[in-house]
Amino acid sequence: MRVTFTVNGEERVVDDVWEGESLLYVLRERCGLPGSKNACEQGECGSCTVYLDGTPVCACLVAAGQAEGGTVRTVEGLAEGHRLDPLQEAFVECGAVQCGFCTPGLIVAAHDLLARTDGVPADTEIREALAGNLCRCTGYEQIIEAVRLAAGRGAGPS
Amino acid sequence: MTTRLESGVRGGIGDSPVRPDGNLKVTGEFAYSSDLWMDGMLWGATLRSPHPRARITSVDLTEAVKLPGVHAVLTHEDVPGARCYGLDHRDQPVLAIDRVRYQGEAIAIVAADHPETARRACERIVVGYEVEEPVTDARRAALDPACPKVHESGNIVRHQPVRVGDASAATADVVVTGEYEVGMQDQAFLGPESGLAVPAEDGGVDLFVATQWLHVDQEQIAACLGLPAERVRLTLAGVGGAFGAREDLSMQIHACLLALRTGRPVKFVYGREESFFGHVHRHPAVLRYEHGATSDGRLVYVRAEIILDGGAYASSTPAVVGNAASLGAGPYNVPNVAIDAYGVYTNNPPCGAMRGFGAVQACFAYESQMDRLAEACGLDPVEVRIRNALSEGSTIATGQVVDMPAPLTDLLERVRAFPPPAARITGEDGRPDLLGLPGGVANTTHGEGVVRGVGYGIGIKNICYSEGFDDHSTARVRLELVGGEPAVLVHTAAAEVGQGLVTLQAQIARTELGVDRVTVAPADTAVGSAGSSSASRQSYMTGGAVRAACAAVRARVFALAGRHLAAEGRGGRVPADLALADGKVVSESEGVIATLAEILHAEAVEETREFRHRPTRPMDPLTGQGDSHTQFAFCVHRAVVDVDVELGLVKVVELAAVQDVGRILNPVALRGQILGGSAQGLGLALMEEIQVRDGVIRNPSFTDYLIPTILDMPPMRTQVLEHPDPHAPYGLRGAGEPPTLSSTPAVIAAVRAATGRSLTRVPVRPEHITGHAMDKPSDLG
Amino acid sequence: MSMEFLRPATWAEALAMKAERPDARPIAGGTDVMVELNFDRTRPPALLDLTAIPELATWNTDIVPGWIRIGAGMTYTRIIEELGGMFPGLAIAARTVGSPQIRNRGTIGGNLGSASPAGDLLPVLLANRGAEVWVESVRKKAGPYPVYDFFTGPKRNLLAPDELIREVRMRVTHGPEQFAKIGTRNAMVIAVCSFALTLDPGEREVGTGIGSAGPTPLLAFDAGEYLAGELDWEGAGPLDDRVARRFGELVAAAANPIDDVRGTAEYRRHALSVMARRTLGWAWADYRKGAAECA
Repeated sequence: MRVTFTVNGEERVVDDVWEGESLLYVLRERCGLPGSKNACEQGECGSCTVYLDGTPVCACLVAAGQAEGGTVRTVEGLAEGHRLDPLQEAFVECGAVQCGFCTPGLIVAAHDLLARTDGVPADTEIREALAGNLCRCTGYEQIIEAVRLAAGRGAGPS
Repeated sequence: MTTRLESGVRGGIGDSPVRPDGNLKVTGEFAYSSDLWMDGMLWGATLRSPHPRARITSVDLTEAVKLPGVHAVLTHEDVPGARCYGLDHRDQPVLAIDRVRYQGEAIAIVAADHPETARRACERIVVGYEVEEPVTDARRAALDPACPKVHESGNIVRHQPVRVGDASAATADVVVTGEYEVGMQDQAFLGPESGLAVPAEDGGVDLFVATQWLHVDQEQIAACLGLPAERVRLTLAGVGGAFGAREDLSMQIHACLLALRTGRPVKFVYGREESFFGHVHRHPAVLRYEHGATSDGRLVYVRAEIILDGGAYASSTPAVVGNAASLGAGPYNVPNVAIDAYGVYTNNPPCGAMRGFGAVQACFAYESQMDRLAEACGLDPVEVRIRNALSEGSTIATGQVVDMPAPLTDLLERVRAFPPPAARITGEDGRPDLLGLPGGVANTTHGEGVVRGVGYGIGIKNICYSEGFDDHSTARVRLELVGGEPAVLVHTAAAEVGQGLVTLQAQIARTELGVDRVTVAPADTAVGSAGSSSASRQSYMTGGAVRAACAAVRARVFALAGRHLAAEGRGGRVPADLALADGKVVSESEGVIATLAEILHAEAVEETREFRHRPTRPMDPLTGQGDSHTQFAFCVHRAVVDVDVELGLVKVVELAAVQDVGRILNPVALRGQILGGSAQGLGLALMEEIQVRDGVIRNPSFTDYLIPTILDMPPMRTQVLEHPDPHAPYGLRGAGEPPTLSSTPAVIAAVRAATGRSLTRVPVRPEHITGHAMDKPSDLG
Repeated sequence: MSMEFLRPATWAEALAMKAERPDARPIAGGTDVMVELNFDRTRPPALLDLTAIPELATWNTDIVPGWIRIGAGMTYTRIIEELGGMFPGLAIAARTVGSPQIRNRGTIGGNLGSASPAGDLLPVLLANRGAEVWVESVRKKAGPYPVYDFFTGPKRNLLAPDELIREVRMRVTHGPEQFAKIGTRNAMVIAVCSFALTLDPGEREVGTGIGSAGPTPLLAFDAGEYLAGELDWEGAGPLDDRVARRFGELVAAAANPIDDVRGTAEYRRHALSVMARRTLGWAWADYRKGAAECA
């Protein structure tokens, strides 16, 4: 089938999509956007988190056809040209990135949190907002520090 | 030693420059093995056995081959070279031959134009099985001669005794015993097994893969493909975590076989479920310990039987047994030791490397015993450890002298001295914040039944490969002018698995060569082996190799500086106190001699060096004696937990760790290792287990194999000590594994303190805390 | 390989498609269906996507006085945000579902359709005495099933092949509600077991619901009857600890759990008795507070 949707501001028409494919597969294998990661295929790890119509979702749990006519924003769509989003900068700076496989999903989830929060969110808010994103390398502490740092630099609602 | 201006180098040793792959990773542009894509590529899929033990009576591919879109379906008959591979024993078939020995063993592989087509083709392969009763009891496999054999060679992969003094005759005032069990932990890296094999014009293959050790993969793959090693070229693709799980082969040979057969690139990406069958796990273990001590808590003897279930194939079981045996007495002085460690074959899932590697299982048991001893002697748990702790000059159970700093007393005292965490957090309305309570937002308690507990754990881990293994790493370093500026290219085959090795290699080159601009080339087999990214060894080994290659480059630059001076007519004498700094050759006494730009011109200075740590020796097969290790590392944890004793739910309130690393090379990356390692230890303590019954995995998914979330990890305090090891480059001590050892026993000790339960098995489940387990351990308090 | 993807834009169109393709698998948040697809456990001939039907994702209270209609497409996130004041128990339960990403997609209709004994909202619906699942087909106009009749076994419900779940109707009691769930980690966990409690001060009735401790979500009917008779509704006095304990025992007795990877049957019974006792304590404290404020 054909799926037409907007990804990172660009309209995409994707043909030959198998009806059982996920949005994640379409992004990764058909749109050349492998930034969203496939780590569990069941919504348990958050590595594939993208914005769908402004809401963070697990792209592995969205059937490709459900994105028809929708607007998707992936980790590839957060930086403005070569200028990283403050969250992306903070992740690198704080050591929140090790193997990095969870990073794209975490950054989208954290991006959503900061977009909804004025000022620096409390640790408990950060933890609850990122509870759907598994990281196996960092033990999370440097991720929390990165979110705080980015929020402190004014990465909040614009 | 030449004078170096180490501290002055920005982005050098001791600094935390940003990761060179950091920007790519945060923007989603970093190419992991699962992201690779080529025109015309096919997708691979694997048919796996549903049975843990069966004879294969027939394999019919007819229907699979007929499916449109299928390009190849292969079985063991299509393996042109060696039929089996393995890290140590080559006992694991590339594709099952006449029998399967574990659930999930690969039988056939398919290449098709869509992953769904490949899966459907697998479904059409008809395999005839004669199912047999699986061997699943590791202790029986080890000790009962009547137990059916998993392999013809017998069920014992390795039995390693350790004998010191006369532990069998020793008596003591205080005796504590315990039987402990460690469940099967999974590395649970987030990036499942994947890679892309591309057939080459020379009849060979290029493989892009996420692995921990390119050369050991290359060697095994080439043997099975029947190709010379130089025609099997590997390049490291982006690695989504490893933790030991990528030390064995998974899809490598399969992808190469299909690529060579179809003449097209073939990509494999395992899903999460397949990943649980696609790699080895941490050995589950049953450990029986008896410690004897004086009434004031000084150890007299230890007797232990450690049984490690290696599952169907050997993988790295022999080395895991070596660690469990040699480190089984823990970081303690014990005059009489009798340890017997066994690694066995069963029809359970194969087990091999995971962070901590044999030392984790033993640590849980001996630290549990130390707490029992403390209680029996009426001593504080930290005090009993201090009374027995190793120090520099002590001898461990293998007779090896600890000839490096071993500040265990200091570590223990520091962790004990940390202020206690605050009492429970309450919200603005005075009600307890659910997120701070056991059960969290699941709203199981508002404080009812919650008891706080504190516990400690300390461990000892060997760093680098042991027991006489020829452990080495290779580095090629090239210094040249690029656009008129000096630039360094570092090339090794060392696997960046997330730990930050790419950053570290560049830091070392900056420090050694005084050049800011350093690039680390992609890791591949075009340069010599770096050994594995495991055993906490890469800072030591590849760090050592990069440093050695830099030193060789530096020596040549100094020679060039002499030539330059002569050519300039500035005399033939070269100052003896030369150093490289800030792109210049400088002399402490005479100042700047020349810039690198002036010296190098169009010439590139390139040197390759192999680095080896001091040799180690095998363990004596009967007594375990021998200097089998090159370095020891230590970490201590304090855990503070709140336990809902009525419901058996645990909230870890705080973890504190103190570790000695010899020398801090990169503070941010080091802290990440301590935090991440501690998290994996917490996971083993409280939730992580591959549940296997009758050889069948019951929870191969992230829905039921639980790893800690951000709500499970508490805030952590860390402190790092730097007592340099005189034998190691920069005095460093490997740092990745020790935190994984000690956090598990610390968390469990804290839960015991809160509940009064003896809790002899990890992971602890709520029903063990409340006493509603199905199979109640006899000592469940 | 062949599968159809159906995407109705209106409810009528959805019913027509389902009538024509009774083998089509409805999908909304995808939190169950996509997992089955990704894990190669199901290959339905067609998917019927319900996310493009605006009226499914609405709620209102103006159909029948004292009742609320919650469209099947209401997500957990919106239930927490929009219905938490009216149904605190439902919001507590919704907050325990998966993760923010899952709550943003998963729906109450999906929870009912999947009919997992571990469905987090289901005990709360049972505890809302009289809650109804409204289903509809081309053949049959919309009608209710009582929630306690709806589940027929693990992942089975009364839905006929041509029917779709349109909405849930719940009684608005304004009484205290509680929900508690056992999981072996602090987020993203499927219930080992769960318990929901509703006190209905108007009717002086007690609603109960048990999750993950039987082939379907269960009522603890006897426990609720017992408690309704024992509570000091009039005087709003302190809770008698013996009553709370007895209530816990009766809840545990109503469960029918098994041993599985998530926990033992014995533990589940025990945990249910503890959760029943504790949630009663919290709900009764709320009731007393309310009574004190009214007095």
